[in-house]
Amino acid sequence: MNTALPNIGVAIPEIFVFSMACVILMVDLFLSERRRVVSYILSQLTLIVAAVLTINGMSHPSTLAFNGMFVHDDMASIIKFVIYVVVIFTLAYSRGYLRDRGMYRGEYFVLALFGVVGMMVMASASHLLTLYLGLELMSLCLYSMIAFQRDSKIATEAAMKYFVLGALASGILLYGMSILYGLSGSLEISVIRKTIATMDPGNVPLIFSLVFVIVGLVFKLGAVPFHMWVPDVYHGAPSATTLYVSTAPKIAAFAMIMRLLIGGLEELVPSWQDMLVIIAVLSMAVGNLVAIAQTNIKRMLAYSAISHTGFFLLGILSATENGYSSAMFYILIYAVMSLGGFGMITLLSRKGFEAERLADFKGLNKRNAWYAAMMLVLMFSMAGVPPTVGFYAKLMVIQSVIDVGMVWLAVVAVLFAVIGAYYYIRVVKLMYFDEPEDTSAIRMEVDVRAMMGLNALGLIAVMPWVGVIIEICNDAIRAL
Amino acid sequence: MFTNYALSLVIWLPIIGGIVVFVAGGNGRAQLARILSLVVALLTFLATIPLYVNFVNSSAAMQFVENRPWIEAFNVRYYLGIDGISLLLILLTSFTTVLVVIAGWKVIQRQVNQYMGMFLVMEGLMIGVFCALDAMLFYIFWEAMLVPMYIIIGIWGGPNRVYAAIKFFLYTFLGSVLMLVAFIYLYLQAGHSFNILEFHDLKLGLTEQILIFLAFLAAFAVKVPMWPVHTWLPDAHVEAPTGGSVILAAIMLKLGAYGFLRFSLPITPDASHELAWLMIGLSLIAIVYIGLVALVQEDMKKLIAYSSISHMGFVTLGFFIFNAQGIEGGIIQMVSHGFISGAMFLAVGVMYDRMHTRLIKDYGGVANKMPVFAGLMMLFAMANSGLPGTSGFVGEFLVILGAFQANYWYAILAATILVFGAAYTLWMYKRVLFGKVANERVEALKEASPREIFVLGVLAVAVLAMGVWPMPFLDVMHASVDNLLQQAAASKLAPVEQISLR
Repeated sequence: MNTALPNIGVAIPEIFVFSMACVILMVDLFLSERRRVVSYILSQLTLIVAAVLTINGMSHPSTLAFNGMFVHDDMASIIKFVIYVVVIFTLAYSRGYLRDRGMYRGEYFVLALFGVVGMMVMASASHLLTLYLGLELMSLCLYSMIAFQRDSKIATEAAMKYFVLGALASGILLYGMSILYGLSGSLEISVIRKTIATMDPGNVPLIFSLVFVIVGLVFKLGAVPFHMWVPDVYHGAPSATTLYVSTAPKIAAFAMIMRLLIGGLEELVPSWQDMLVIIAVLSMAVGNLVAIAQTNIKRMLAYSAISHTGFFLLGILSATENGYSSAMFYILIYAVMSLGGFGMITLLSRKGFEAERLADFKGLNKRNAWYAAMMLVLMFSMAGVPPTVGFYAKLMVIQSVIDVGMVWLAVVAVLFAVIGAYYYIRVVKLMYFDEPEDTSAIRMEVDVRAMMGLNALGLIAVMPWVGVIIEICNDAIRAL
Repeated sequence: MFTNYALSLVIWLPIIGGIVVFVAGGNGRAQLARILSLVVALLTFLATIPLYVNFVNSSAAMQFVENRPWIEAFNVRYYLGIDGISLLLILLTSFTTVLVVIAGWKVIQRQVNQYMGMFLVMEGLMIGVFCALDAMLFYIFWEAMLVPMYIIIGIWGGPNRVYAAIKFFLYTFLGSVLMLVAFIYLYLQAGHSFNILEFHDLKLGLTEQILIFLAFLAAFAVKVPMWPVHTWLPDAHVEAPTGGSVILAAIMLKLGAYGFLRFSLPITPDASHELAWLMIGLSLIAIVYIGLVALVQEDMKKLIAYSSISHMGFVTLGFFIFNAQGIEGGIIQMVSHGFISGAMFLAVGVMYDRMHTRLIKDYGGVANKMPVFAGLMMLFAMANSGLPGTSGFVGEFLVILGAFQANYWYAILAATILVFGAAYTLWMYKRVLFGKVANERVEALKEASPREIFVLGVLAVAVLAMGVWPMPFLDVMHASVDNLLQQAAASKLAPVEQISLR
């Protein structure tokens, strides 16, 4: 074992974001209320610089650092890069919302940045301890961001629920990890993998630990039957926080699955494949069916998130390189779509008014044709209608399950996609076919307007280059 | 140079033009939106004419081919090309769009830029469907069409438009996703290729073929529409604005029929023969039963919608009797039905714009007030009932001729459409246009404007020309149809091995 100075070079982005978060916390103390924008700008700059550092530091062979606790490879770099971009958009969309509700404080941005550090650590974890550390760092930030609006009863309740259930899930995950440690004598994921390869796959403690690990992961992902917290948290949290919770952490959760389930337990595919099939089908069914009954758009999108998780799991459960890269593609695209969808809710909210009922979208085309068109693209993309990129995401995962011979699963998936299309086109119906209930003007800053345009139109405009993105995902998975 | 990009031009010109109309025509610049969209529609129509002129009739190969890599990881290619079958449908599309733009000139007053823009975008997408030779490209054009049509029905449609729009969307979406699964299966079987022409040569077992055939059927039968999945059509047609009905009837229904020719027959020939009884049965039910349903309709648009289903039954019947007359008759019937149903919907639209009712009982004696219009509509009514000398006759005659060769009874049942067709169309015509002026609202009617007469007149010329001299239409498709018949006749199953007794 190399006990000399750890190879810290590969962790520069993490160290940078972490230090900057501390600096912003200090700087913010000396800012008057009017100058709060400085914290905002510093946070955005931090993320931009981190993005540059990550891209510069990309290296094709994967490198281990910190005595095998931290891995630096292409997948980690790409995931981190997308997380920065998503968080940059998230903070920009949230700015006006936070200001109107007295949440425009340095601590909010600091928490967001610490959350990013947690996600980065998850993406690069090659050791159960690092993985858990990253997960908890992220989750703690999320809990406090949800509870940030102290005087809101519903937000506090959501934070409480999320905290209790999240702690329970962490406990279950830890229990599974501890059995793995007992079996293999190591916390290093690659060692665990090697030990498992020599074991009988029917070994009861091994299956036991696998079940606990899967329950923990699925809980964090929010798939059925461990989805109960998702609608309540998405609904209760302030819209700006919902936006944050529903985007970047999903990408981090993908990284966690890749590291733990694929990296560590891939030898047990026959055991976990069946479990994931059930979870995926249930998620698609419950998510899509229950979403139809919602009148609150945040709850509707929460159920939609559950159904998207089901689709995403299709890629994972096919257990091929092709499947993993389709799952990666799916989750990246989903994060962008969710960013737009919740971003729109955040942007349409005003002081003292939450645009969270479906009825609040009535007649949006007459009030503001530009935003209606953007929401139209987002909804069709979530429904998976070409030529939006949401279609390619569905295509990829469905292709991967057919590739391993599960045609029936593909048919089930597309049928639920049709059921899901109903509630997405209902939003389009409200915006385009109905008369507005409230005709007050919609104002928005120019930069946010442009970013929303980029976010939504990007989903169509990337069409000629979809192949390039798929290629990047393929390369990242192949380099693991 | 032109031939290298001809197809891309006719696909992207209207799509980009539509976006320009959408952006430039906003904020009350409605007149600009109208003029701009007419220019785009005309340019697109002009751009499709060289396709016909430069088309080599004697060849069954794909012409004007463009083939470029697109999504390399998936081997999806930007692969376009047309044969004699798609050529006619492309011409029909670009021709109809010009008329739709003119027909909506005065009638559409709300969000003109969105209306015109959507139609142009849809034109490009429909042409894309007819040109695509890559299954994924085909699917993308095919599905993308739903979005503008959904909005057109939902914004500018009649009172029950929202229900109709959602029903239209979900029905067609459900059909197509199963086709997507079949495409992916074929892609994996063909060694990671989405090339439709490679699918044609792919060997497949009978069970596979039947499942794929059924998946295709789900997509195409909904679009055609065939009985019993036709129920979206009357709703969508009735509630859509006139232009939307015209596009739906004249072109969208043809997409389903085109799908049978491009996919079902050549890719799954054995399953097509195996399940021909089903297809013929469904077609005959559509022809006879839906013809009867049309007879009792009280709403003019609904009547024409049911008549469309019945006429499309002829098309699918022609395809699945596997002879040249049948298929060519089916294709001619597609084009002719495009003209006739488009004209009928436009004619009803002319009356609806004045009276704001589509119910037959609210009319009577319109011919007294609008003689020129009544004369033109008479021609279309006759063509709809298959009068010799109009385009409606040619297709139906050829299909019946083909059906005689296949089975005497098919032909007899199919020929009843001529009776029913005449009955419901002419009866409706009589009640609406003939007789005494029924009420003071009819009394107040004025002759159709020159714009409306022009649109209907152009269609009248087309209907007559195709009825009197169909050769230009038949000539371009001969080679392609022969090739298709060969593909449909060649079994893909491996010959059963002789089991030796020793």
